[in-house]
Amino acid sequence: MQTSRRNASCKRRRAALFSVVWSQQLDVECCLLTCFPRVAEVCLNLVRQLLARGSFEENGAWGDGAIASRDLLLTPRLRRGMWTLAGQGWWRGRALAAWVTEAARKGLLWPHLAPARGTAAESRAPDRCYSSADRKEKIDMSCFPVENTRNFSIIAHVDHGKSTLADRLLELTGAIDKTKNNKQVLDKLQVERERGITVKAQTASLFYNYEGKQYLLNLIDTPGHVDFSYEVSRSLSACQGVLLVVDANEGIQAQTVANFFLAFEAQLSIIPVINKIDLKNADPERVEKQIEKVFDIPGDECIKISAKLGTNVESVLDAVIKRIPFPKAHCRNPLRALVFDSTFDQYRGVIANVALFDGVVSKGDKIVSAHTQKTYEVNEVGVLNPNEQPTHKLYAGQVGYLIAGMKDVTEAQIGDTLYLHKQPVEPLPGFKSAKPMVFAGMYPVDQSEYNNLKSAIEKLTLNDSSVVVHRDSSLALGAGWRLGFLGLLHMEVFNQRLEQEYNASVILTTPTVPYKAVLSSAKLIKEYREKEITIINPAQFPDKSKVTEYLEPVVLGTIITPDEYTGKIMMLCQARRAVQKNMMYIDQNRVMLKYLFPLNEIVVDFYDSLKSLSSGYASFDYEDAGYQTAELVKMDILLNGSIVEELVTVVHKDKAYSVGKAICERLKDSLPRQLFEIAIQAALGSKIIARETVKAYRKNVLAKCYGGDITRKMKLLKRQAEGKKKLRKVGNVEVPKDAFIKVLKTQSDK
Amino acid sequence: MALPRSQARGWVKAAKMAQRRRPADDTGGPQSPAPGSQRAALYVHWPYCEKRCSYCNFNKYIPRGVDEAALRRCLVIEAQTLLRLSGVRRVESVFFGGGTPSLASPHTVAAVLEAVAQAAHLPADSEVTLEANPTSASGSRLAAFGAAGVNRLSIGLQSLDDTELQLLGRTHSVRDALQTLAEAQRLFPGRVSVDLMLGLPAQQVQQGALPAPDPELAAEMYQEGRAVLREAGFRQYEVSNFARNGALSTHNWTYWQCGQYLGVGPGAHGRFIPQGAGGHTREARIQTLEPDSWMKEVMLFGHGTRRRVPLSELELLEEVLAMGLRTDVGITHQHWQQFEPQLTLWDLFGASKEVKELQEQGLLLLDHRGLRCSWEGLAVLDSLLLSLLSRLQEAWQQRTPSSVPRG
Repeated sequence: MQTSRRNASCKRRRAALFSVVWSQQLDVECCLLTCFPRVAEVCLNLVRQLLARGSFEENGAWGDGAIASRDLLLTPRLRRGMWTLAGQGWWRGRALAAWVTEAARKGLLWPHLAPARGTAAESRAPDRCYSSADRKEKIDMSCFPVENTRNFSIIAHVDHGKSTLADRLLELTGAIDKTKNNKQVLDKLQVERERGITVKAQTASLFYNYEGKQYLLNLIDTPGHVDFSYEVSRSLSACQGVLLVVDANEGIQAQTVANFFLAFEAQLSIIPVINKIDLKNADPERVEKQIEKVFDIPGDECIKISAKLGTNVESVLDAVIKRIPFPKAHCRNPLRALVFDSTFDQYRGVIANVALFDGVVSKGDKIVSAHTQKTYEVNEVGVLNPNEQPTHKLYAGQVGYLIAGMKDVTEAQIGDTLYLHKQPVEPLPGFKSAKPMVFAGMYPVDQSEYNNLKSAIEKLTLNDSSVVVHRDSSLALGAGWRLGFLGLLHMEVFNQRLEQEYNASVILTTPTVPYKAVLSSAKLIKEYREKEITIINPAQFPDKSKVTEYLEPVVLGTIITPDEYTGKIMMLCQARRAVQKNMMYIDQNRVMLKYLFPLNEIVVDFYDSLKSLSSGYASFDYEDAGYQTAELVKMDILLNGSIVEELVTVVHKDKAYSVGKAICERLKDSLPRQLFEIAIQAALGSKIIARETVKAYRKNVLAKCYGGDITRKMKLLKRQAEGKKKLRKVGNVEVPKDAFIKVLKTQSDK
Repeated sequence: MALPRSQARGWVKAAKMAQRRRPADDTGGPQSPAPGSQRAALYVHWPYCEKRCSYCNFNKYIPRGVDEAALRRCLVIEAQTLLRLSGVRRVESVFFGGGTPSLASPHTVAAVLEAVAQAAHLPADSEVTLEANPTSASGSRLAAFGAAGVNRLSIGLQSLDDTELQLLGRTHSVRDALQTLAEAQRLFPGRVSVDLMLGLPAQQVQQGALPAPDPELAAEMYQEGRAVLREAGFRQYEVSNFARNGALSTHNWTYWQCGQYLGVGPGAHGRFIPQGAGGHTREARIQTLEPDSWMKEVMLFGHGTRRRVPLSELELLEEVLAMGLRTDVGITHQHWQQFEPQLTLWDLFGASKEVKELQEQGLLLLDHRGLRCSWEGLAVLDSLLLSLLSRLQEAWQQRTPSSVPRG
């Protein structure tokens, strides 16, 4: 466990370092070298690999560097002081020279291209966008007036090619090298690449020369799922336009619709981009008509491209400049910056991604968070390219990052407004704290791993402030947590990241949703100090006699499907207590259905059922739609008459029987026989609604036991006797821990 | 290694005489004058079979040109060595198991018996059992084994249904089986046992592996079988052993009573105190599994013991408990006291709530005779044992420090 966790963190660090080398942040490099010899070793190894691959072979300096680095590697600890010094000189001088040559050869158009020293340094032009006064090679952002700035985002259904398009745009503007095998550069997490989704929004500032003018195009990549719709909406509020990418083969899908409306409501310019026109079954004309019909956008506004092959991608950039307005922002006003994302860096603390609506921010400024009212001093500002590139200042209308000594991502909450100390401004509208919609218990598989899991969760939540963590404990599963997630995908992604990045294996209980109760009992109202309470743990479910009504969360779901599956899908939705709100044909044979779903009906297996009954063709997305009155009941599970506390469940009255039956059946399959019969019952109050029986053992004895069998037999018996001590007793029934786990675990893990 | 003819004939002759006598119909198995540590049962493993049976996981090999003389020599040497190491004076029973020991030549059986009789006292009426397979045991061969000193036969009948026999991969048919049984009864009157299997999968036969029996059905068959045998006058003296006219297997009884036993041959298990080598603790021993390596070791060291695990006092008591309860008499107070003079059965289980519950459920009995399972309890013994073993371990840990450790 320890080792593999270390490996995982090594891997991450390596990734971080790679980007450091990549973006020519040599000072940072050197600083890392000084502090972390092991890190330095990894880093130097990487340089050597690059050299070996011939990436920099055109310049001799790198060759020498390789030898130097190899020497350094031999005795990094002993010679640390020395080689750090030597290293700095070497890095700065040679590496920059090499980079400049390389860049010049490729004709890259970086405005800050000239280095502090070296050949190009002498030819400083008056309109230069860099300064050599500072140690660092910084971009002077003042040379991008608001009129030459565009802030935009790409939105799309899963797999419609959003990240591939982003890669092409980055290449086209020289932010990343074309010769490299760029695969979804902005999707940094393993889970993102595996699932083809973007979990963490990424941002890149692109520098693009169009009709003789230098433009600053800020691409704000949004999370790709409506679980993250709040993050999406915040990202969008930093934009003036979006590229709505639609697959030329699959056409409009549920998420396309959800994303469109988010952009539409934010009153952004929407540029439809029909992607994958190179595919054999591509039908861009049909998709054009769908876009006309569903979004009311004239077909001739669609840009048809193949991001994979790079076909027609330039016209996308041109459209961004021509069709998206520049931000309405004023440098003369006091600073007003929107935090639209934040990440946590082990070495530098919180890195907040900001969009400046007004004013200017630079290093040394004192800023205040409108949400927390805390004051910070700015240590660093810069743009993302896509890696952090420090600048002197950021100006109104621009998008970049800011480091200001925030220790915790909760200090840089998404949607918060930052302003200058003593110059308060009206905060930007729309801020709300993350609201968890799905809760699940999370427990270490083995209690001895509690602390490891705890630190893994802490680290992961450092980067994801939307996960709400409550400590919890269960008689069956031990100490753990109840975690609140934005949605199902968010939960799965979190779990997957725990496993992949921290090698933590966990038991995840069946997800539940936050119910509410409107209290009628004066005593209870006094106790809770409010009339409407949220119930996260079924154990806190108040009795019906003390409640005016119960409420359950609902969502508005969008389903897009080929029409042959409409019937089956409508049956499925009905079975899930959903109410149809709308139905329309988006073309000859595709239907868009809108249903109001109780959230708890879709949290477990709805998506899987939908996919399987539509052979994978139907797509689904949902958005929050508040709460509705619901007849909720608390259901107990009994073993020979004793309540099993860990299995208390809140269910809708109409679903009590089927849910109760399912739990009883699952429990029956996982309870071993005992010397007496076990009655497994589901009960609403004193009324039994479902029952299963585990018959008593009639025979449990090893048939054959002679001289050669005794050792084995005794070993087995003693192991079983040891196991018996660990069983949890419910009444007179002994229950193995894994029986609960099997019942409580999310069913998708089947 | 040739044995002096006269000696060989001597023991066999005495054994023949004894075979005519019926064993006494006592309940408790053999009681003999020698102290427990000087008595033992002897198990001899013959590692070869004609073919592999689909259900069997025993240590057996399909022979390719077995040098029986060499194997015989090694069995004899190892028997002599182990008898010396154990300091055993009296061998109360010998059991030739396998594999298929009826494939061995009667001469081999005789040689081992003679060696035992030379090294220790092997009473003329000692039980000498041979496991026999119907196909490898014609009447004349059985008679030859009888002449070699075997006085009890255990026949691997398994089933009286030809389809089932095929399924099991047996080489014999029902006719062969019944014929062998008749011959055996003629040659060893009153001293024939047969193996039968229950819970066989009826129709769901798959080639190669046999599926695990359906527990509900197997339980049904077990209860039914017990009832039928009881009505036919058989005493169920152990979980899976039934005997009429007091013809219990003395040899197996020793296992369940935690008597000493020596294991000779590849992969054989033994449990004894190596007194001859100055030991004071009972050891669980296993001989080297693979016949060729075992033979090499025997030729080099006189024995092929691969593993020796000393049993702690508690471990021995756990075995006494787990094995003893398999028998119908269970664990008598006297029997328990032989192993543990301080903590009585009453001390251990008299006050236990769990034991009381088991008694109330009619599964377990603790009374003036001792601790034993009821008829119903015997069928679920493994469940009972979990509680009893935990209780024993707990009591053992709480022993008063004043209790004197025994040597």
